[in-house]
Amino acid sequence: MVLNGGRGGGHHRLLVSGVAYELLRFAAMLALTLLGLIFITFLIGRVVPIDPVLAVVGDRASAETYARVREELGIDLPIHQQFWLYLGKVVQGDFGTSVITSQTVLHDLRQYFPATLELATAATLIGVLAGVPMGVIAATHRGRWIDHVTRIVGLVGYSMPVFWMGMVGLLVLYSWLDLVSGPGRLDIAYDGLVEPVTGLLTVDSALSGDWDVFRNALSHLVLPAGLLGYLTLAYISRMTRSFMLGQLNQEYILTARAKGVPERRVVWRHALGNIMVPLITVIALSYASLLEGAVLTETVFAWPGLGLYITRSLFNADMNAVLGGTLLIGAIFVCLNVFCDMLYRLLDPRART
Amino acid sequence: MSEPVLEIRNLRIAFPTLRGSLEVVRGLDLTLGRERLGIVGESGSGKSLTGRAIMGLVPPPGRVSVDRMSFMGEDISRLAPADFVRLRGRRISMVLQDPKFSLNPVMKVGRQIEETYHLHVGGGRRQAYARTLEVLAAVKIRDPEAVYHLYPHQLSGGMGQRVMIAMMLIPEPQLLIADEPTSALDVTIQLQVLAILEDLVRERGMSLIFISHDLGLVASFCDRVLIMYAGKVVESCLASELDRVQHPYARGLLSSVPRLGDDRPELPTLERDAEWAQ
Amino acid sequence: MSARAWLLSDMPGSRRQASLGQWYRNWLSFKGNPLAMTGLAVVVFLVLVAILAPILPLQSPTAQALADRLQPPSAAHWFGTDELGRDILSRIAWGARITLTIVIMVVVIVVPLGLLVGTVSGYVGGPLDIVLMRVTDIFMAFPRLVLALAFVAAIKPGLESAIIAIALTSWPPYARIARAETLTLRQADFVKAARLQGASPLRILWNHIVPLCTASVVVRMTLDMAGIILTAAGLGFLGLGAQPPLPEWGAMISTGRDYLLDQWWVATIPGLAIFVVSLGFNLLGDGLRDVLDPKRS
Repeated sequence: MVLNGGRGGGHHRLLVSGVAYELLRFAAMLALTLLGLIFITFLIGRVVPIDPVLAVVGDRASAETYARVREELGIDLPIHQQFWLYLGKVVQGDFGTSVITSQTVLHDLRQYFPATLELATAATLIGVLAGVPMGVIAATHRGRWIDHVTRIVGLVGYSMPVFWMGMVGLLVLYSWLDLVSGPGRLDIAYDGLVEPVTGLLTVDSALSGDWDVFRNALSHLVLPAGLLGYLTLAYISRMTRSFMLGQLNQEYILTARAKGVPERRVVWRHALGNIMVPLITVIALSYASLLEGAVLTETVFAWPGLGLYITRSLFNADMNAVLGGTLLIGAIFVCLNVFCDMLYRLLDPRART
Repeated sequence: MSEPVLEIRNLRIAFPTLRGSLEVVRGLDLTLGRERLGIVGESGSGKSLTGRAIMGLVPPPGRVSVDRMSFMGEDISRLAPADFVRLRGRRISMVLQDPKFSLNPVMKVGRQIEETYHLHVGGGRRQAYARTLEVLAAVKIRDPEAVYHLYPHQLSGGMGQRVMIAMMLIPEPQLLIADEPTSALDVTIQLQVLAILEDLVRERGMSLIFISHDLGLVASFCDRVLIMYAGKVVESCLASELDRVQHPYARGLLSSVPRLGDDRPELPTLERDAEWAQ
Repeated sequence: MSARAWLLSDMPGSRRQASLGQWYRNWLSFKGNPLAMTGLAVVVFLVLVAILAPILPLQSPTAQALADRLQPPSAAHWFGTDELGRDILSRIAWGARITLTIVIMVVVIVVPLGLLVGTVSGYVGGPLDIVLMRVTDIFMAFPRLVLALAFVAAIKPGLESAIIAIALTSWPPYARIARAETLTLRQADFVKAARLQGASPLRILWNHIVPLCTASVVVRMTLDMAGIILTAAGLGFLGLGAQPPLPEWGAMISTGRDYLLDQWWVATIPGLAIFVVSLGFNLLGDGLRDVLDPKRS
């Protein structure tokens, strides 16, 4: 019988080493993927037809300065040695110095990242809180009008050029109706009034009880977050619907109904409980893609986040900044991926043993 | 016989297809007393859907129509879905085929049994827990407290099915529908599970509808047998009089049951006649 | 017997009848979905406009008429004119050619590449599988638009680099799908039978596995096309896609942005075009998925 085997001491010891093995495997996977990420970033950096020396010294430097910097940067070394050099620096958090801000890239990333984080988090909250219930209801009402409405809402979300919607949204809600605030995170009058703690303006202002700043920050946030939230909703409601449909015709649902569980509990506890793991994965991935993919939204809304930082650096040939930003986003994505994998093993009783 | 437990007149279940509606159950009549009734038929004969129709659980887009369906004298043919919930579990219950799929994979089995108890009996947590352990013991599970905390995938098939039976019997329903309850189990385990089921049904004076494709099993386990073919009852008789059946399909079924000491070179193939389905 | 009855027969007499019957059944269930039919109509319309743009009675998409600049929609210019007096209707129609070119080129690169990586990885297994899937993961981990941006910036902005950049970031999902399908198919009895008959791995992959991956790949492809269109437009909007004076829709929005407050049509019309076309592809893909891949809809 399974039972007896499951309670032996030997099995227990095996289980512990199993967890250690899993952790090791995840760590190895993480390291390997990150290494690949750094390698590709490095390659892009070498392929770009921008003279890295010129970028550092400026075009009015003397020939001696040029030669000295060239040697410092290790341009003459063979490519694999350059890679080791680059890797060593990146591991220490040294992404070089940004040419346009003349700060270290790490410093810049610390400045810009919270803005992206705030936007992505707000959007994900909107998307999850509205999208999951929509998906569940669409699945339980399959083929009825509410299902079609959800489908259309989702497909419209998938099809929207977000930068264009942002422009039109600003035109209508800001210029014409004056319901929301314009581009940026704050009106200039409020800038610097709140001490940054988390870097999230809504959180910081709420913490310090500065409700004027909070209202202003919120009125700036609401349009871009609403827009990205709608995209998230489109995705999450579709995925939830499809997961739920997969569960609702399972035998255990029939069992639950046969034993007299009310329909609402069948749906929201039994079926939803079984899609929690894949759903969390989907939400995490969509969160990651918001962190990386807000480039266009940030451009349209002049939102001082990572996306804006990367594009602006790109147009100014500031490769250190571009590569640092890309690497950060890639690393977040990889980490979230691995995190989901581990979560799956923790939450799903079938994966635990 | 006193008032029947279940009475069905002219049950029809149809599914829409590309070429019009397809009737899967076509005018089934059934009267059930305090007895164990077996329904036998091949897959697609409509026996499982009949069981589900009694519980109001025919999956969409299936459509059910029935002239009369009454349970303990109460007309349930026009019952709204919300009212069916009152009946399900509490008074009519069902055991499904494969515990691997029919138990909620992310809920501890103890909690699943408790849930049924809470729904129909109520009572505090401690009481539910105690009752759950009792009923687990009643289905001959040796270490109920340990099993309480297991997840379905940690159970063997036989144990899973016993948990299923415990879960369905805890509110003491008057009618149990067992839909192929042992088909997914090993032969040796089958008999154990059947013995447990038989004991519990007899002890509580429950009526039982036993749906199976296994004629031999049904004959030995039930009082009366219905044989279904293509959505109709083609034969109905006492289990003890099975060898006197008339219908050619039923005869065919009987003659293809292998017997010990029988030296037929090969089993006869089951004959079918389009006319039987008319 | 009518053609319909022949196609819907439960007992097809030949393999051809069976497969035609299957196609017919799929078509019937597709036809019954008004949203999917709308999508099909939009896509067909896009293709027609793209093919016929040179012979349609349109003004030149690049002819400037500074006297007519920023005219609102009128009988002469249905969608108005832009900042150089060019007819927006004509630019939209010619822009359809660019959009369609990008979509087709990306698909032509991405689908075979993804199928190759995925099926080989899944069928061969072992260390090769691990390596290929790691590479796929790394490409998936890259921010799609950022990688495209960096890549386009590294070569030079233009239509070709935009196509390559988008292709570079879109193949991993196909590899994943193909690998997943291959893993299940590899254990199937008919594949084992083919192997026992001495069929080479290449033959098994090409004759048995690739054809069975197509349904999910086609569905994914149609749904992806909207994403490709949006990414291309995004690159164009940032000035990294097709270069002026090519009438690329994203770039048109970008220039129209300066006139948004007073001449709304310059930016709004190309945005609508992008929206309608990607919605068309999405509706079509969604309908196809219901028909071809019901377990995932």
